[in-house]
Amino acid sequence: MNKKNSQPLSLRVPEPSGRPGDTPDFSHLQMDPAGVVERPEVGSTPYQMRDLAFRLIRVLDDEGAAVGPWNPRLDPETMRRGLKAMILTRAFDDRMHRAHRQGKTSFYMKCTGEEAIAVAQGMILSREDMGFPTYRQQGLLIARGYPLVAMMNQIYSNAEDPIKGRQLPIMYSAKDYGFFTISGNLGTQVPQAVGWAMASAYKGDDKIAISWIGDGATAEGDFHNALTFASVYRAPVILNVVNNQWAISSFQGIAGGLETTFASKAIGYGLPALRVDGNDFLAVWAATQWAEERARSNQGATVIELFTYRGAPHSTSDDPSRYRPGDEHEKWPLGDPIERLRQHLTVIGEWDDERHAAALKDAVEQVRAAGKESEAIGTLGQSRPSVKTMFEEVYATEDWRLIEQRREVGV
Amino acid sequence: MVDQNAAPASQATGAGVVPMNMIQALNSAIDVKMAEDANVLSFGEDAGYFGGVFRVTDKLQQKHGLTRSFDAPISECGIVAAAIGMGAYGLRPVVEIQFADYIYPAYDQIVSEAAKMRYRSGGQFTSPITVRSPYGGGIFGGQTHSQSPESLFTHIAGLKVVIPSNPYDAKGLLTAAIEDDDPVVFFEPKRLYNGPFDGWHEKPVSPWKAQDLAQVPTGKYVEPIGKARVMREGNDVTILAYGTMVWVALAGSEHAGVDAEVIDLRSLVPLDIEAIEASVNKTGRCVIVHEAPKTSGFGGELSALVQERCFYSLEAPIARVTGWDTPYPHAFEWEYFPGPQRVADALKSVMTGGR
Ligand SMILES: Cc1ncc(C[n+]2csc(CCOP(=O)(O)OP(=O)(O)O)c2C)c(N)n1
Repeated sequence: MNKKNSQPLSLRVPEPSGRPGDTPDFSHLQMDPAGVVERPEVGSTPYQMRDLAFRLIRVLDDEGAAVGPWNPRLDPETMRRGLKAMILTRAFDDRMHRAHRQGKTSFYMKCTGEEAIAVAQGMILSREDMGFPTYRQQGLLIARGYPLVAMMNQIYSNAEDPIKGRQLPIMYSAKDYGFFTISGNLGTQVPQAVGWAMASAYKGDDKIAISWIGDGATAEGDFHNALTFASVYRAPVILNVVNNQWAISSFQGIAGGLETTFASKAIGYGLPALRVDGNDFLAVWAATQWAEERARSNQGATVIELFTYRGAPHSTSDDPSRYRPGDEHEKWPLGDPIERLRQHLTVIGEWDDERHAAALKDAVEQVRAAGKESEAIGTLGQSRPSVKTMFEEVYATEDWRLIEQRREVGV
Repeated sequence: MVDQNAAPASQATGAGVVPMNMIQALNSAIDVKMAEDANVLSFGEDAGYFGGVFRVTDKLQQKHGLTRSFDAPISECGIVAAAIGMGAYGLRPVVEIQFADYIYPAYDQIVSEAAKMRYRSGGQFTSPITVRSPYGGGIFGGQTHSQSPESLFTHIAGLKVVIPSNPYDAKGLLTAAIEDDDPVVFFEPKRLYNGPFDGWHEKPVSPWKAQDLAQVPTGKYVEPIGKARVMREGNDVTILAYGTMVWVALAGSEHAGVDAEVIDLRSLVPLDIEAIEASVNKTGRCVIVHEAPKTSGFGGELSALVQERCFYSLEAPIARVTGWDTPYPHAFEWEYFPGPQRVADALKSVMTGGR
């Protein structure tokens, strides 16, 4: 007998729209058609443009035409370069994923379906600017022509690994390419990017920073600390949230994506927010350019949510068929970034099937040639940097402990 | 009483030598470095306009400008992370964590990020930051204004951990920390900010200006990180201490009437192992004093090192005088804080309990 006159409470745990065996359902997504979202002046106040945190900036329509105020009007050559870099990124991912299956490395992470993001943004910003990436921005290095062999050497931790066998595969570090050293701790790079940008502003330089974080990791305190600092000190930084719908097995609702958009997190900090179709190369380009102009003209940071889908498993240790509908990626309503840019270039007469086939072949060739070269140096365990390097660069100079311990190992 | 190891004033590049307390000495270190190097900046909670709750950054904003010494949001993680980004850019930020008890929210950034930056990037990126923080007890600060978390940082490869015990060293070591290319966690014993507290809380404390080590050059000088200071030469037993406990150790040995050699470690990482070995091999006995709780405190590491390296010189078991393994208690501060009596007791037992 319940004598209480109060109602029993119940706990809500968010659930995704589909689980294995279900038909993918994207009916809950509200997506603006291409071309309809206004493009505010770069100097607009966050308040004036609040609406954009909940809309979706898109340029490429279903027919492959570039439409609306966000059309960046890129010249065909730039678009072709972007397309080729995306193709090369995918070919690289495919080969390295296979290399893992063949036991040549311990680990790999693909960015399938998200290539437009790092490629476009890597092309827009200069190498003097600093990118603070996660593990899914390999496209940035590839778009900037970082040697594929060096990437593979890192993945294999072989004798030529530029960072001396010290990091998990794919945790690259390439200062000269504007690519900050990747941390395995999610989110830590975002407030560091803000600090880097603050330093540039402090010095009166003209460099800006750009960072990326996944939808899942926005729940980390680092992300919120970064927004506070970026807003308070008006840091010249672009803060991207790559909403690829999944954080390993947790859908984006677990990080708060059911209640509001990730872009809208910026509003509480007084920062401008753009929400962008992340599979639309031209939309990513345009939004990033907007944020870049804002940062370079000393008007501070912009938060960009890039709405996309992680097509591949989270990593080589993951099996997504255990937590999401198997064909969810194919049904993704925003399509594939490579196919969409290809369609556009084809429609405007700057590309055709033959050129596409040639680009695919060329990418596979480049990857194969680099693979051969890197594997000749050695795959994981076959060759590695000198063990001596294990004790180096812990400090600027070795202290007695490390000297003694190195001697104990006999190197 | 105090061994005169302070460098002569002529070693300093600036003009005068004036008595300073630790706050003034630390302030002077940052001030001089900021004047010398535009890449040095200083920020933290209340550290800008107001100059910090302990006034260590007092007037730096007025002297060097708003963008060089400023207030930060109450976000320790954000403060350290921003400093890391600045360090990667080429600046030398000196950040203040208002109390060492609040360094835990920044722990991940210090441990996983700053400490590993050089190593994980193959030397491409470094983290030449200084994280300053007042630490330790004896000011009735309760649990959250009294802790000594140094051992949590000495365990982390890539970090340096420095703790001065007097104004002269405070300035010289902080200058070295700012110039260091590695991240330095710099703990300031806040009980010593205004005077050389010797642990006799019911007895009057002499002011800093009466001490030789409070005669501080106004110009720039550097005390190298990794060198201990012999505060008192002695023959019967070695006391290893740092921070406030250096003064407690001096008072304790005087109280016990034991001819102790008191070594101020000054830096825990890197550690001056040679000075430790030389002293213990000479005296044959060792007492370690720190404020932090005993279990897994830095005293455990020191004890193991002495045992590994000086075993055949030891005449008696090594003794540790430390805080208890409890949270820092407010009402029982003087029972918690290791005082001269406990040091004297340990000295006597080490002197009589030998073989
Ligand atoms: C601080 C921290 N917690 C947990 C992990 C383990 N982890 C690695 S990736 C990942 C999911 C990240 O998801 P998201 O941020 O959405 O990025 P995505 O992988 O989807 O690109 C988790 C939980 C980690 N690396 N760091």
